[in-house]
Amino acid sequence: MPVGDCLNNFSACLVRGGASPDIANFISILLGVVLVATVPLVTVIFLIWVERKFAARVQDRLGPNRVGPFGLLQTIADALKMLSKEDITPIGADRFIYNLAPIISFAAVILMWAVVPFTAQHIGADLSIGILYFIAVASIGTVKIMVAGWSSNNKYALLGAFRTIALLLSYEVPLVLALLVPVLIAGTMSMQGIVRGQLGMWYFFMAPVAAIIFFVANLAETGRSPFDLLEAESEIIAGYNIEYSGFKWGIFMASEFLHAFTAALLAAVIFLGGWSGPLAEQIPILGFFYLGLKTAIFYLLSLLIRSTVPRVRVDQVMAFNWKFLVPLSIVNVLVTAFLLKVIQTLGLAPAPDRATDVVANLPQTAVLLVGNLVVIAFALWLTRRGVRAERLAEMEHEEEAVHEMAHSHAAAGD
Amino acid sequence: MVELNIQTFVFFLFSLFTLGGGLGVATTRNLMHAALWLILSLFGVAGLFVLLSAPFLAAIQVLVYIGAIAILIIFAVMLTRSLTSLRTLFNRPAMSAIAAILLFLFLAVGVILPVWGQNGTQGNLPVSDTVGSTADLGVALVDRNQYVLPFEVASLLLTAAMIGAIVIARDDED
Amino acid sequence: MAVLNEWAFIGVFFAVAWVFPILPIVGAWLIRPRKPNRVKLATYECGVETVGDTWVQFKVQYYIYGLVFLVFDVEMILLFPWALAYKQLDFFAFAAGLLFIFLLADALVYAWRKNALEWF
Repeated sequence: MPVGDCLNNFSACLVRGGASPDIANFISILLGVVLVATVPLVTVIFLIWVERKFAARVQDRLGPNRVGPFGLLQTIADALKMLSKEDITPIGADRFIYNLAPIISFAAVILMWAVVPFTAQHIGADLSIGILYFIAVASIGTVKIMVAGWSSNNKYALLGAFRTIALLLSYEVPLVLALLVPVLIAGTMSMQGIVRGQLGMWYFFMAPVAAIIFFVANLAETGRSPFDLLEAESEIIAGYNIEYSGFKWGIFMASEFLHAFTAALLAAVIFLGGWSGPLAEQIPILGFFYLGLKTAIFYLLSLLIRSTVPRVRVDQVMAFNWKFLVPLSIVNVLVTAFLLKVIQTLGLAPAPDRATDVVANLPQTAVLLVGNLVVIAFALWLTRRGVRAERLAEMEHEEEAVHEMAHSHAAAGD
Repeated sequence: MVELNIQTFVFFLFSLFTLGGGLGVATTRNLMHAALWLILSLFGVAGLFVLLSAPFLAAIQVLVYIGAIAILIIFAVMLTRSLTSLRTLFNRPAMSAIAAILLFLFLAVGVILPVWGQNGTQGNLPVSDTVGSTADLGVALVDRNQYVLPFEVASLLLTAAMIGAIVIARDDED
Repeated sequence: MAVLNEWAFIGVFFAVAWVFPILPIVGAWLIRPRKPNRVKLATYECGVETVGDTWVQFKVQYYIYGLVFLVFDVEMILLFPWALAYKQLDFFAFAAGLLFIFLLADALVYAWRKNALEWF
């Protein structure tokens, strides 16, 4: 892509033009940053349209279709409307922090895009700790919720903020544990390294349990159904952002949509191979296209789940996390580590020069896949046993209650 | 002496965050604001870790300190009633200032200079050129001759911490 | 120094990421109407007047969730270097990791049995 080449050599151009190397470096970095930061902004406009159209079609209605062709400009119209709404800061709100919260919200989500590998040659910053950077930025999100909830000077905002933070903290544990598995298999934390490690076989086939846990934990982290009790309009009104109006509320909403998309993007990078695909290394724009396709798979899946699955109660959500997801992810890490050592001893791993060959990766993939399926089967068997025991206990309870009623009826009738 | 390049500027910026945040924590009257100043200070420390070529530690700093410990501190602060209007019980600025300066001099002259100063016991260690990577840390953590025992004892310590916290926090139950 | 270049990117990105949302907020501040009155500025409580302090009964359960999360967080960050170097190491590394994770799974089982993970 000629634009990319020009960017990569931009600092050299500037230096030849007479600027000092430091300033040239800084300007080229600034340009790169603005370019990378604009991609999510453009994406979010399109994204909100996709979301509304999809939800509308599932609900057997048309969705936005008046503003622009097929309603594509609806988001821009909404943004303009929100810009001109009156911004009501409630009395007693802590002004500086109240205004800070939406900014932290948006900044935290955009920061994740700095480590996304768009193509083989274009990545914002290929940090050696790419995955850990993503997790660290995701954990800043809890600060923004606390700040928003407390500075609104509203009981319900505070209550909503507490519940939200408890939920986010809980679901971060299986998220990070699930991310340990690709790091184990790849041996590196850098995003570009993980994509290159998948040139032979996608990690989704080597670690399906980790992929599923990552996807589900992300659904909870980004507050999507079935875990959207945080903004259940019928329950706690709007949670921690009750008191926000106008464009600040718009920023909260936009950053939430963008967070969901970013989570799908990272799932595609880590588990579905990112930009890898036929001819992706020679033609970079093709890599970008593949990445978009894979992200769309995960994102549309989350949209589908959102439109069809009912909301889960908060104690069920917590129980699901601590009693199912966390033990499952711990067992998954241990099983994967054990199988990797077995593969190493048996020599099933592909030789380094054949690492990108699909066939050479098959034995390793088969062993790991079998291990994962055993873990899934075991987890399901345990769950069924637990559910059956509960149901039996319930049935006994009911029988006792019926007996009691029959006895009391007999006693009263006589 | 100190060359004026971009690294120095960034170092000063992050030191400003760290020290300024600390100052903010100590001087503000509002407990919630104090927690936020603390977050700023911890973020400054993370930046300093990056400058020291330890990105892993910087990520840990943000993830654990800001993402978990600062939140827990805010939760703990919520348990107290009067967040916004603390009454000072001991308000004698002159004596406090003298005590603070004496403590600072004691620490600087009595502890830091003799150890890390020009002629101190650790002052003349050569700065190594090679920087260990995170993978090296991983190897060291499970090496029989290096840090595997502290690794396991750390796990034991974490277990003990969790059990202790649960026992204390649920003291009202049976 | 190339490594620091990457982090310089992150640093500049951080600064830009803060500026981006501020611009439309300032734009909104210039454009929007400003007619505050007492009812609009009052705290929202489903249409009724607020009663009492803005202070909620803080359930200790929130704190316990945060605590368990903290312990698991520290465990996971200690596991990351282990995972990075895993492929180069021998079986002893697996045993060390197994013991580490087992001790913490033990703590989780304790919390489970003591009903510390229930949402009351």
